[in-house]
Amino acid sequence: MAASSAALSLPKVFRPVLGLGRSGNPAKVWAAAASCRREKSTFVGRIIPPPAKYGGRHTVTLIPGDGIGPELLNHVRELFRFSCVPVDFEVVNVNSSVATEDDIHNAITAIRRNGVALKGNIETNHNMPPSHKSRNNLLRTSLDLFANMMHCQSLPGVQTRHKNIDIIIIRENTEGEYSSLEHESVSGVVESLKIITRYNSLRIADYAFRLAREKGRRRVTAVHKANIMKLADGLFLQCCKEVASGYPDIQFDSMIVDNTTMQLVSKPHQFDVMVMPNLYGNVVSNVCAGLVGGPGLVPGANYGTNYAVFETATRNTGKSIADKNIANPTAMLLASCLMLDHLRLHDYANMIRGAVLTTMNETRLHTADIGGQGTTSEVVQSVMKNIQSGRCKN
Amino acid sequence: YPPLTTIPPPAKYGGRHTVTLIPGDGIGPELLTHVRELFRFCCVPVDFEIVSIDSKSTSDDDMNNAITAIRRNGVALKGNIETNHNLPPSHISRNNILRTSLDLYANVIHCQTLPGVRTRHRDVDIIIIRENTEGEYSSLEHENVPGVVECLKIITRKKSLRIAEYAFNAARQNGRRRVTAVHKANIMKLGDGLFLQCCKEVAAGYPEITFDSMIVDNTTMQLVSKPQQFDVMVMPNLYGSVISNVCAGLVGGPGLVPGANYGKDYAVFETATRNTGKSIANKNIANPTATLLASCLMLDHLRLHGYASMIRKAILATVSETRLHTADLGGQGTTSEVVQSVMREIESKGPRTSEQI
Repeated sequence: MAASSAALSLPKVFRPVLGLGRSGNPAKVWAAAASCRREKSTFVGRIIPPPAKYGGRHTVTLIPGDGIGPELLNHVRELFRFSCVPVDFEVVNVNSSVATEDDIHNAITAIRRNGVALKGNIETNHNMPPSHKSRNNLLRTSLDLFANMMHCQSLPGVQTRHKNIDIIIIRENTEGEYSSLEHESVSGVVESLKIITRYNSLRIADYAFRLAREKGRRRVTAVHKANIMKLADGLFLQCCKEVASGYPDIQFDSMIVDNTTMQLVSKPHQFDVMVMPNLYGNVVSNVCAGLVGGPGLVPGANYGTNYAVFETATRNTGKSIADKNIANPTAMLLASCLMLDHLRLHDYANMIRGAVLTTMNETRLHTADIGGQGTTSEVVQSVMKNIQSGRCKN
Repeated sequence: YPPLTTIPPPAKYGGRHTVTLIPGDGIGPELLTHVRELFRFCCVPVDFEIVSIDSKSTSDDDMNNAITAIRRNGVALKGNIETNHNLPPSHISRNNILRTSLDLYANVIHCQTLPGVRTRHRDVDIIIIRENTEGEYSSLEHENVPGVVECLKIITRKKSLRIAEYAFNAARQNGRRRVTAVHKANIMKLGDGLFLQCCKEVAAGYPEITFDSMIVDNTTMQLVSKPQQFDVMVMPNLYGSVISNVCAGLVGGPGLVPGANYGKDYAVFETATRNTGKSIANKNIANPTATLLASCLMLDHLRLHGYASMIRKAILATVSETRLHTADLGGQGTTSEVVQSVMREIESKGPRTSEQI
């Protein structure tokens, strides 16, 4: 079952150990590490504060984005209204073609206010000068959404070449190759900086191991290229090893990224939880999405210490299929379920998720990307019908 | 496979070529021994000059010897040299040093589904051309502030134009219709933006070849679902590493695909995915196909096309026999059985007449 419970809402058994940031002792791992680290550990045990509710209803920022984003998010709103989900959406439009950053800063302020967001991908115009940064990237770094979590599972009813895949990919979301620090000191020679820091690497490794422990996973694999980038990926690997020593119940190993992609293509069942820096995460998550059926099926979540933003895992704008009613809404619907889990509305989340998975079983409703001829609205109608029939049973 | 017109014709003395052989580590030595055995059996007019490299020593003498030998002979066949992770970062990967010193700027990998090997995808036929000397593999890293590492990825106009020119030339020579540039220019606007722009400029000079580009994450996803859409792909160094490994996985694994590194004056042949295979070394279970096909690429480069096609046909006939498949293809055959079978195939075709050579 696609059980992605809110990753940072720790079960009660962990609370006395990790504390809630107000008082209490840090976990043993950090007691040892904190004494020898100079940086302050601001992320120790501090989970995202409980979501704000006013009158029993949550407010969530909605960023339609470009391409298929707007139409799919309309379907999400339609579905939420139909299921009477106590969530209100604050819609913030971001215009990707203007050069000013006002739109995206408005969106960021809205997310800071609400704490949670659901977004479509914002297109990056390649013809603009390099000073015009990717809006999605700006959002992730401003809100410090350091962990991108993607749970790739084979869905029953979707025919793929590999069966029974179940991999959790945790990707560092703010540094690495995506620092947008490039310069051309000599004409015709470009230097692009990849930044790896100890602080962020420890943070993402800690997140990965805590998540693995919470979900009862046995093995974490770090993906790197430390044979070539000895200092950078070497530092990342070392941080992962340090954190691994504090989790003796979880097996830790590492694999070079090229070997990893080859193994993923031939034997994906050997992988359990994978943690990696930004660019490798991009490639590996796309390979895994391709293995389980394509970009239309997998939801993704970006978590930070205070905010969470949900979107599709592979972040496609889908410009060529926009407004044609052929896009696959599954990824966006499952992303909204992840959001409901994060808001502790587990019943609604399970209800919608169950309905989506039941719809997936029906091959005649499959959209074009998974080999069928169904339309987006047919899929959404079917989900609503499943919810209605489910409700009648109760 | 596309010989560069600028590489001078290989030197022959007394009708025989001399080729540098670098055994490397892991499965390299045993597989290259099989190659020598096979060449002796087929009376291939190639002599090997063996240069061993000790991957545990920190001195550069071994590498310098090897590089000098390759400069002398012009052609080499190598196994992968292991990079010891416990040595300090100043100890750069030996394979990398070899590629940059000899300026072997183009790594060419031709991934084809082989008949007789069962894979999930059929009819895959992709040529991958990967820039081999710059990009993320510059080995330029520094730690200005403790705990913060900066790693430089270098993209230059000159090298990007060079690799794009090589790719389009190769596509034209092989009668290919389409070249796809793989990049991440939405994030690395200057770096990969420069690479993409150079590819576009070169594409303008080859109007019969379609040129398009694709972002690396989308490319890997498409490769896993519909690899038949790709024809020739050109890309910087790191993406090349990932994509060549994905394609090798698609056609059957690291034991089947040969790779070639071409420079202006030199050429070095090895397996495409550059594995040392430490865990299966000296157990007679490694798949020799990749190394044997790499030696065929080398023979083609030396203009010994008759020998090359003879050995290649024998290898393909052996690979289609399922009972000889080695463990990585799901069978239980041993390395020596495969090599014996190749030799038998060659023998059964009868003695070669002077017209065939």
